[in-house]
Amino acid sequence: MSTDDAHDPKFGEYGGQYVPEALMPAIEELTDAYGRYVLENEDGFMDEFRERLADFGGRPIPLQYAEQLSERYDTDVYLKREDLLHGGAHKLNNALGQVLLAKYMGKERIIAETGAGQHGTATAMAAAHLDMPCEIYMGKTDIARQRPNVFRMRINGAEVNPVTVGRGTLKEAISETMRDWATTVETTHYVIGSVVGPHPFPKMVRDFQSVISEEARAQCIEKTGGLPDAVLACAGGGSNTMGAFAEFVDDSDVSLYAVEAGGSSLQVDEEEGVAPNSASLSTGGEGVLHGARTKLLQDRDGQIMESHSVSAGLDYAGVGPELAYLVDEGRVTPVNVDDDIALEAFHRLSQDEGIIPALETAHAFGYLEEHHDEVGDTVVVNVSGRGDKDLETVIEETSKRDLDIAPDMSVFEQVGGGML
Amino acid sequence: MALEDAFADEPAFVPYLAAGDPNYAASLEYVEALARGGADVIELGLPFSEPIAEGKTIQDAIVRSLEAGMTPTRFFEFVEDLDVEVPIVCMTYYNLIYQYGDEEGPRPFVEKAAEVGIEGFVVPDLPAEEAGPLRAACDEFDIDLVFIVAPTTKGERLEKMMAQVSGYVYVQARLGVTGARDDVDDATEASLARLADWDVPKAVGFGIKTGEHAERIVAAGADGVIVGSALVDIVAEGHESGASVDDVADELEAKAHELKQGALRGAQERPQPERT
Repeated sequence: MSTDDAHDPKFGEYGGQYVPEALMPAIEELTDAYGRYVLENEDGFMDEFRERLADFGGRPIPLQYAEQLSERYDTDVYLKREDLLHGGAHKLNNALGQVLLAKYMGKERIIAETGAGQHGTATAMAAAHLDMPCEIYMGKTDIARQRPNVFRMRINGAEVNPVTVGRGTLKEAISETMRDWATTVETTHYVIGSVVGPHPFPKMVRDFQSVISEEARAQCIEKTGGLPDAVLACAGGGSNTMGAFAEFVDDSDVSLYAVEAGGSSLQVDEEEGVAPNSASLSTGGEGVLHGARTKLLQDRDGQIMESHSVSAGLDYAGVGPELAYLVDEGRVTPVNVDDDIALEAFHRLSQDEGIIPALETAHAFGYLEEHHDEVGDTVVVNVSGRGDKDLETVIEETSKRDLDIAPDMSVFEQVGGGML
Repeated sequence: MALEDAFADEPAFVPYLAAGDPNYAASLEYVEALARGGADVIELGLPFSEPIAEGKTIQDAIVRSLEAGMTPTRFFEFVEDLDVEVPIVCMTYYNLIYQYGDEEGPRPFVEKAAEVGIEGFVVPDLPAEEAGPLRAACDEFDIDLVFIVAPTTKGERLEKMMAQVSGYVYVQARLGVTGARDDVDDATEASLARLADWDVPKAVGFGIKTGEHAERIVAAGADGVIVGSALVDIVAEGHESGASVDDVADELEAKAHELKQGALRGAQERPQPERT
């Protein structure tokens, strides 16, 4: 990584800066700040970031050997426990970095978008921690399915603005936050929640998240004496994915699997403009959305499709441009599992290891269940977040399916619990 | 007629409507009504599903148009079906331009646009840094590429844009997204002053709603006014109230006339150059 990185907006043909002109000066200002503070550690920015990640965030976090899964798969499975980070997800790494950067840049206000609510929660926490006013945009559909996180944002003092246009998910929330930013750009920083958007966001967010793979790599060597055969991470926008992969990209013997949401099907409905999945890397085409050229779920005309996943955090029609590039280069293998397999994996990890994972994370474990014979003898899986926020969804979705692995809750219905 | 010529003799009135809002047939009538009302150039929106530079009024118009079946192919048919003499500028987002046709990149879209007689493009999510391939295709097919200058655009960025702009420059009167406002922002005059040396016409847009606004903006030095949301509001209200297409068209024609007359009054208020 060098300061040249700050001024190169592309990953091959991907990336770039496709935004309204009003935002370009702010993006130039941010690019300059990224180069100086993040890449060159001006004014000790990165030192303060690392210190706050340790004291406020709780880093470093463990790389845990998963005994039951390892036995089940006859493979050494290690879990990078980002669910143990303050707030319960990897999102704090980025949110803390960006809110701190905004402070160094002299900005007065923070805005952010959120899908599952984890990024909104992390941003609200970081903003409260650093004493910055904060507003979060969240789609109406996601508000309905992620209520605990809405409450957490409010508890931390953030305003939550419902987005009612379209289907009311992350795609619409990003567009709405960009509109706010275009109006308030002189005093406001937009904390983008993933490795998406115009340069420098994809690189900057990757850098803030790369602490995941930096720790995991060193911990793996310490515990096993070498590198893993594979790293698995779920991929929506791709921030935990790039965080988990970044420091392994140059280790050509380590396979990198980006596990996308296969939703209910990989087939698309062109007529309705709906993709019943969120697998942009696996099935999407090249296009321009939300400031970057990347892989997208779109129809033949270039209209963006409504995506779907049981997991709100993966429910996005695009993906980070660097991931699109690494897939084209053959460095990252895009794979996907459907809603059913992810839900089963959610229950399995909870029962086998005592870890209730985010539904996003459960996709990575679903892939491991199906393909453990192919991924090697030592595997690191990034546990991107914890699943408390998903319990309402899991109860509802489990009740629609006949899952042998799901807990039998019928006895509680008989006594009036009504949980399933 | 080249776009620049539309600004040659008097201040230009440049209205915007989303093509196909609320449906194909009505929209044709509405665009033609704007021409009758005095439009000198018409910016015609090709709706994109993620219009990040638009406010609620135009977002809603885009949803209506998409739901009524507008596509890039239909858009080109729409332009061919229009019975107007004034030049048409296509306003859309880059992904639609990029995806059109079998060949990768903007060339097929531009070629088709030239074939149906489109004179220019405005692409709100395509800053000068990313515009190279579209600029090249526009040069090949002799189509103008209009850039938006924002109140935040200064210094080197202005130079970059000056090197690429043609037809006219779209001066964004205020920060934010599109939408009608009740007053004229002071940023307008500062923006016009920064562009004083550019030898392309300067058309001011974002927030202009009335003939009086148009008058003030032209008096402040603009060569034209761009009006979108105030016109889209008329379409939306007509649609919601169930008004006849003819009535809505008459209202649009009257509004266009008001805005054009305001622009003409503004030109008379400008300081006249001293005769030597």
